[in-house]
Amino acid sequence: MTADTTLDLLDNDPVFHLKGGMLTMTLVELIRLAPEQFARQLAEKVEQAPNFFVDTPVVIALDKLSEPLSDMTLRHLLSICRDHGLQPVALRGGEDFRALAGNADMVLLPPGRQREKPIEVAAEPAPKPAPKAEPAPAPAPAAPAPAPAGSGKIITEPVRGGQQIYARGGDLIVLAPVSAGAELLADGHIHVYGPLRGRALAGVTGDRQARIFCQSLEAELVSIAGQYKVAEDLRKQQWKAPVQISLEGDRLKITGL
Amino acid sequence: MAKIIVVTSGKGGVGKTTTSAAIGTGLALRGFKTVIVDFDVGLRNLDLIMGCERRVVYDFVNLINGDSNMNQTLIKDKRSENLFILPASQTRDKDALTPEGVERVLEELKENFDYIVCDSPAGIEKGAHLAMYFADEAVVVTNPEVSSVRDSDRILGLLSSKSRRAENGEKIKEHLLLTRYNPERVENGEMLSVADVEDILSIPLLGVIPESQAVLKASNQGVPVIMDDKSDAGQAYSDAVERLLGKDVAHRFLEAQKKGLLQRLFGGR
Ligand SMILES: Nc1ncnc2c1ncn2[C@@H]1O[C@H](COP(=O)(O)OP(=O)(O)O)[C@@H](O)[C@H]1O
Ligand SMILES: [Mg+2]
Repeated sequence: MTADTTLDLLDNDPVFHLKGGMLTMTLVELIRLAPEQFARQLAEKVEQAPNFFVDTPVVIALDKLSEPLSDMTLRHLLSICRDHGLQPVALRGGEDFRALAGNADMVLLPPGRQREKPIEVAAEPAPKPAPKAEPAPAPAPAAPAPAPAGSGKIITEPVRGGQQIYARGGDLIVLAPVSAGAELLADGHIHVYGPLRGRALAGVTGDRQARIFCQSLEAELVSIAGQYKVAEDLRKQQWKAPVQISLEGDRLKITGL
Repeated sequence: MAKIIVVTSGKGGVGKTTTSAAIGTGLALRGFKTVIVDFDVGLRNLDLIMGCERRVVYDFVNLINGDSNMNQTLIKDKRSENLFILPASQTRDKDALTPEGVERVLEELKENFDYIVCDSPAGIEKGAHLAMYFADEAVVVTNPEVSSVRDSDRILGLLSSKSRRAENGEKIKEHLLLTRYNPERVENGEMLSVADVEDILSIPLLGVIPESQAVLKASNQGVPVIMDDKSDAGQAYSDAVERLLGKDVAHRFLEAQKKGLLQRLFGGR
């Protein structure tokens, strides 16, 4: 290879990749302007599910709002959001909100289409009193609360590095290995009947009852309702064993199957 | 019906071109009319390994652009009646290969050949994608090391989602070819074992080609290593071709050679 072609190759070596990604994003859809009530209702939600509101990026949707919104009111609403652990990243609405977005240093996204569904922020179970004395022969976990309707997605082929699969509104069931570099997302539970070597994020819209089941835990990351553990921590226990992962308080609990 | 087989890997330098030359030649020697298509625009290694670089007049891009016809462009191999090579273009312009052009050429080749072996460029970008898009079967060439296995895994993801067969809800038949396998280094824990790689990729094993001096020697002479039937790599490639044709052949060259006293003293191989 001549020096010339070497240079050429380096020149063409990509420095970045443009990719079509899919992010799950929570929308805060404003229906009317009432900062006081907004603050109070938001505080109630936070109390129900504190983990859901830790640095959660949100888009403030203004499409439904019929009242005029001033710079000052918007700034007030944004700071209420931040006080409660939300990170507003953009506004959503028609062109008439562009100046407002600019003044607030927010990106303006075009108005939404249908297909958005309300998130039921799952209430956290009140700290359970007695029956938590971990019986040794752990009984099959009590049937977890059924995932929201829409059931789920069944995948029968290996999920390879670079692939992402999202089961919206339900469970994700994979009957094959999940490679390192692959990503599984589900609003409900995730089952992997094979080794789990990639990332698995259950309860991505905040369902704290969601669980992850796999035949061999070799994951890069597991997460339930935003609480996560990376491989470095996972390796310390039950590595390569069949396990289920659930959320207890704000910690992930890993139990052998 | 003609079969299109892509030889692909993601990672470069793992043995795709060596494998394309060996498998193409092996199929031709067994009586199948075969053409090996070099998709590696700008590099053009295949004609060197096949020893026909001095006879290249037109190339794949000329053919697509209509500057030449099929007869003028295909190079007939000197060793086998049944074997032809479609050389890659030396042009720097990677966009010279268009999906429509590639499809047209492959369709024309299908009328005249039993097997079309596509030697893919490295990477997971356009060139590699075009080489695999029309394939019926894929030989995924992997070296026994983590980065190569990861790249092969990604390629398998593309085969199962971004190929024409995948788009039509059909499957590409996948084969794992583990090359540059060095049993001593596996025993020392410096390389992944056959079992490790099979476990990660979970596709059927077509063959294991040992790391071998014979490969370099053959490519310097412009003779596909499968013609060297005394060599371990040549024999391993022959076995792989038999398996590709559906025969059940036991795997060889998986164990380290026990070195005798003399070999140990003189460090022979
Ligand atoms: N089994 C093998 N043993 C030793 N060297 C090999 C073997 N297979 C390939 N090589 C060498 O590795 C290098 C890359 O091979 P090549 O077939 O050109 O890879 P690719 O087409 O994937 O880039 C070449 O120098 C080749 O001689
Ligand atoms: Mg090559």
